Amino acid sequence: MVDTASQQVDRAAMRRERWRLFTRTLRDNWRLFVGSKIGPIGLGIVIFFVLFSASYPIFMAVTHNPRIYDPVTGFDYDLMPTSNPHPPTWSHPLGTDVYGRDILSQLMYSSGHDLLLGLIAAGAGVLLATLVGSIAAFYGGIVDMFFMRVADIMMLFPFLATLVALSALMNVSLLMLAIFLAILTGFGTTSIILRSQALQVKVKPFVEAARVSGGSNFHIIWSHIVPNVLPLSFLYMMFSVTGAIFTEAALAFLGFLNVRMSLGIIIQNANTSGYLIGTRLATYWYMWLPAGAVISLICAGFYFVGRGLDEVVNPRLRER
Amino acid sequence: MPDTVTATDALIKVDNLSKYYPLASGLFSRVRHYIHAVEGVSFAADAGEVIGLAGESGCGKTTTGKLLLRLIAPTNGYIYFNGIDVARIPSGGKLKAYRRQVQMIFQDPYESMNPRKTLYDIIAEPLAVHKIGNIVGREQVVADSLARVGLVPPETFMFRYPHELSGGQRQRVAIARAIGIKPRFIVADEPTSMLDVSIRTGVMKLLLELRQEYNLAMLYITHDLAVARYMCERLAIMYLGRMVELGPTEEVLQNPLHPYTKALISAVPVPDPTFKREAIPIKGSISRPVDPPSYCRFYPRCPVATDYCRENKHPPLEDKGDGHYVACYNV
Ligand SMILES: Nc1ncnc2c1ncn2[C@@H]1O[C@H](COP(=O)(O)OP(=O)(O)OP(=O)(O)O)[C@@H](O)[C@H]1O
Ligand code: SF4
Ligand SMILES: [Mg+2]
Repeated sequence: MVDTASQQVDRAAMRRERWRLFTRTLRDNWRLFVGSKIGPIGLGIVIFFVLFSASYPIFMAVTHNPRIYDPVTGFDYDLMPTSNPHPPTWSHPLGTDVYGRDILSQLMYSSGHDLLLGLIAAGAGVLLATLVGSIAAFYGGIVDMFFMRVADIMMLFPFLATLVALSALMNVSLLMLAIFLAILTGFGTTSIILRSQALQVKVKPFVEAARVSGGSNFHIIWSHIVPNVLPLSFLYMMFSVTGAIFTEAALAFLGFLNVRMSLGIIIQNANTSGYLIGTRLATYWYMWLPAGAVISLICAGFYFVGRGLDEVVNPRLRER
Repeated sequence: MPDTVTATDALIKVDNLSKYYPLASGLFSRVRHYIHAVEGVSFAADAGEVIGLAGESGCGKTTTGKLLLRLIAPTNGYIYFNGIDVARIPSGGKLKAYRRQVQMIFQDPYESMNPRKTLYDIIAEPLAVHKIGNIVGREQVVADSLARVGLVPPETFMFRYPHELSGGQRQRVAIARAIGIKPRFIVADEPTSMLDVSIRTGVMKLLLELRQEYNLAMLYITHDLAVARYMCERLAIMYLGRMVELGPTEEVLQNPLHPYTKALISAVPVPDPTFKREAIPIKGSISRPVDPPSYCRFYPRCPVATDYCRENKHPPLEDKGDGHYVACYNV
């Protein structure tokens, strides 16, 4: 063999090489993501709404008077109190609702909270599902049985009824909803899907190789099973965000949530004040269409990102 | 099993080792069927000794190797490493201490590497698990190991992913991984089967060098008798889970005694290094050893079988002189 064994490694060159190969991997994945076409569109939508909702506090601090533009307590005295809801004007690009509140402000406020809710619920849920799935698959036997029965319960769980009951007893906040959804995802369907992925990883010879090298159960789960489940987890996270945001909108519309303002509440206000009936639907489009569009677009955005990631994750899994 | 097969002061001593796998039984069937993947295997290896293990596909070579490393638990029998009963080491520190001294080069270099780890992570894993050296030291060991298996310059390989390498390059990574920790015993499961002839010789030389350097013992599994001749002092031939012949490599190859070994060797008259797996022309087809009868495993295909073979148990592995062991009644 080539006798370079005694040669000292050039650490600086190694660092550079590691960085070069790391960025190359990133670039390759990015290319696959872009190649999916649908992924970048989704990413664009998500970024737009992140900027959209992040700019709200800035507007409020700099140009907008909170007395007028607060999503809940705002009121524009320049407009006649009786003329609300008011169609779009320069000062209210999406008009005002029946109480004279600026609809654009409501949208910006709500989409920010919905994004946070979606990401927290999906992130925590999928992280939990990854751990549950990996542990259940790795240990098998009674551990597996336990988690799978829990998953069955979660799937059959009458969560809407529970939320209704819960909202009667206490104020269900966004964070509580996020935790609730995270538990449902973490121990429910997603954990079943990720477990079956972990089962495939568990029997790979590299797990045996780690075992020969003295790796503990923890080591094997953490550095061999979880990393091979994570890409799929990430994919499911994108789809879970969509589910969480949709759930929030539906629950807010039904009035089961204790939140200041939400996309669901905007539509509900239009509904309860009787503007979603017959020809008024068209006349008062600004009361429901923008909110509906924002819900749909945010959900579509995350869904498209998920589809784009599918291109990145799955060819690699199929490759070997 | 005659005790003479296994020297008492050997590094590895295997005694009457068996592994049965239950076959998935039908829904309503109450009978359990078993594949006797390995049955009644005994041998010993000294420190620094390379023992070859050859035989047809499915004869239990990999299973034997995995049993020795406690990747699977034996159904019967004992494995002693330095006098320690391997199958009964309590898990925890003592087991880890055993694992510190052994390594395996896996048969399949594609599946035996985590696709999400760089070569650095893969090769350094045994060192990291056993907390040998610091990061700088490990980088040096990884670089040295890569250089030794001819993946140079190491810096360009270290942070690549396995899927960026060819089968032969991966096999060399598998070897680099196994040697970094300086084990005392390696199970090498066809470690050079995917290498070009030019590289193969180099890698085999390397393994022999390492053996010299730190008195490494090896169980060298191969289909290729030419490779066995180059690498191994002693050669064992397996047939359907049974060890049928064991002796000094030259002796076994020049003067095969068991009818199966004779057929195996006649199939390769001129040992050619490019020789790949090939059907061995013996009458009948090889089957899986599912619930095998107690008489000689080779009986159904044996050209010199007698009624005696049929009426008695599988023949024991006996010394026919000069440490040449054969399991056959008609030798
Ligand atoms: N985990 C398992 N479960 C059930 N049967 C198994 C298992 N592993 C191996 N076997 C069976 O045991 C027998 C021996 O297998 P083994 O892998 O040891 O063969 P081998 O000699 O290594 O073959 P090859 O040269 O093809 O690698 C085969 O019949 C195989 O089908
Ligand atoms: S014992 Fe009998 S059947 Fe078995 S190999 Fe020898 S001669 Fe053939
Ligand atoms: Mg094998």
